[in-house]
Amino acid sequence: MKRGTKLRTKLSMNLPGALVLCLLSGCAALPEGTQLSPADPFERMNRATFTFNDSVDQNLFQPVARAYVNVLPGFVQTGVGNFFGNISDVWTAGNSFLQGNGEEGFNGIVRVSFNSSFGLLGVLDLASQAGIPKRRNDFGQTLGVWGIPNGPYFVIPFLGPSVVRDTVALPIDYYGDLWSYYRPVSEHNIGSVLRVTDKRAAYLDSYTLLEDAALDKYIFIRDAFLQRVANQIEMRKNGRTMQEDAVEMQSDESGPAAAKSQKDALPTEPATEMPAEVK
Amino acid sequence: MNIVKKIFLILTASLTLGLTVANAADETPDALIKRISQEVLETAKADKDIQSGNEGKILNLVEKKILPYVDFQKMTQMAAANNWDKATAAQQQELVKQFRSLLIYTYSGALSQVKDQTLQYKSPQYNGDNDVIVRSQVVSSRGDPIQLNYHLSKEPDGWKIYDINVLGAWLIETYKGSFRSEINKSGIDGLIKVLVAKNAKLATTFVKKKSS
Repeated sequence: MKRGTKLRTKLSMNLPGALVLCLLSGCAALPEGTQLSPADPFERMNRATFTFNDSVDQNLFQPVARAYVNVLPGFVQTGVGNFFGNISDVWTAGNSFLQGNGEEGFNGIVRVSFNSSFGLLGVLDLASQAGIPKRRNDFGQTLGVWGIPNGPYFVIPFLGPSVVRDTVALPIDYYGDLWSYYRPVSEHNIGSVLRVTDKRAAYLDSYTLLEDAALDKYIFIRDAFLQRVANQIEMRKNGRTMQEDAVEMQSDESGPAAAKSQKDALPTEPATEMPAEVK
Repeated sequence: MNIVKKIFLILTASLTLGLTVANAADETPDALIKRISQEVLETAKADKDIQSGNEGKILNLVEKKILPYVDFQKMTQMAAANNWDKATAAQQQELVKQFRSLLIYTYSGALSQVKDQTLQYKSPQYNGDNDVIVRSQVVSSRGDPIQLNYHLSKEPDGWKIYDINVLGAWLIETYKGSFRSEINKSGIDGLIKVLVAKNAKLATTFVKKKSS
């Protein structure tokens, strides 16, 4: 009896772990397709979700976003974007610290303090104009920097492309999202709708581009997305985001020698002035 | 105008031309990207027809200012990957032609959406002397800045673009998956057919916009 219980306890302790491992290595039921990509073992299910998301997007999110763009004056839209951007800067800074990038985390704190006070609760993005760039960070990327692999490509209903690791990290992102704590609920919900609509509105033009460029929308979005995730984590692992961006082209001559010496030289100060702009 | 003035003008003109040609050959890749991006952006912003979506004009702009600096052969070869060598010379030629059209339509579509964007440049990354990534980002009034990088290789007649990175994703790398999937489904001819159909569809959207 004792031995049996021991075995059962062992199994029940390992089962969640096994399930996670299983998901991460993509051993769920394989869909029948022509050629399976190793990064997308859930392809059949993902394609179904993708088609669903696309339909919801075309019939709901896009029209609402277009109305938002056409009806609300530009500065209101910018204000909405900035307000929620400021809130997300808090969680971004937190993740920067978790990833070991103190400089980026500190800059995030400066952004939030500056914008929340002088920027009227974040409605004005003064920090960006002052030269402190906005970053995007979430717990999924933090897990990636810590060494946890992506896991298979996974399309989340309504939310869109993701990977299993980032999907698992979503509840923690929700926990770190300050807006989720806002009460009364009615105002919170209106705010959430505004936030989603503003985000969707920012991508209206690029979506038509995507439809033009892609032979198969599902595959195109998947491959572009997976590259982007890999790129983001690669950049963060190297802590390059702040350093490299600070090394701007100052001189006109830019042969291999000059560029190399610029790369090797440590940046003396972050580029607070506007770099060479082409208007 | 008297003959001396005429000769003087002709001399100056040919000298300038000569100088520009010489400069083009010596131009560094990031200077090249800066120049053509600036030219294209400025024209796109200033021209009312382009702003209102006259795709025909945009196509002309792209063909004149950008195309000479793009290596479509290399792009198509990369996108086709292992299947390139399996294609006949005729198929390869047709693939390059169709992919070229697709990329031109797509890029022109992007240009037609230019409103108030500005470009910022970062230091280029050299991979040896003949391969470089020119890094920039597009800053607009809404949304985050968009990372935009160019992969160029040094060829006998100057630096040529052979891949573009938008928001962290390399375009040709992304097309690899699409090409592979189509070829696995219906062979190289099947891929060519898909490209032809797609280009035909894109052409009609352009014509529609032009006439509206």
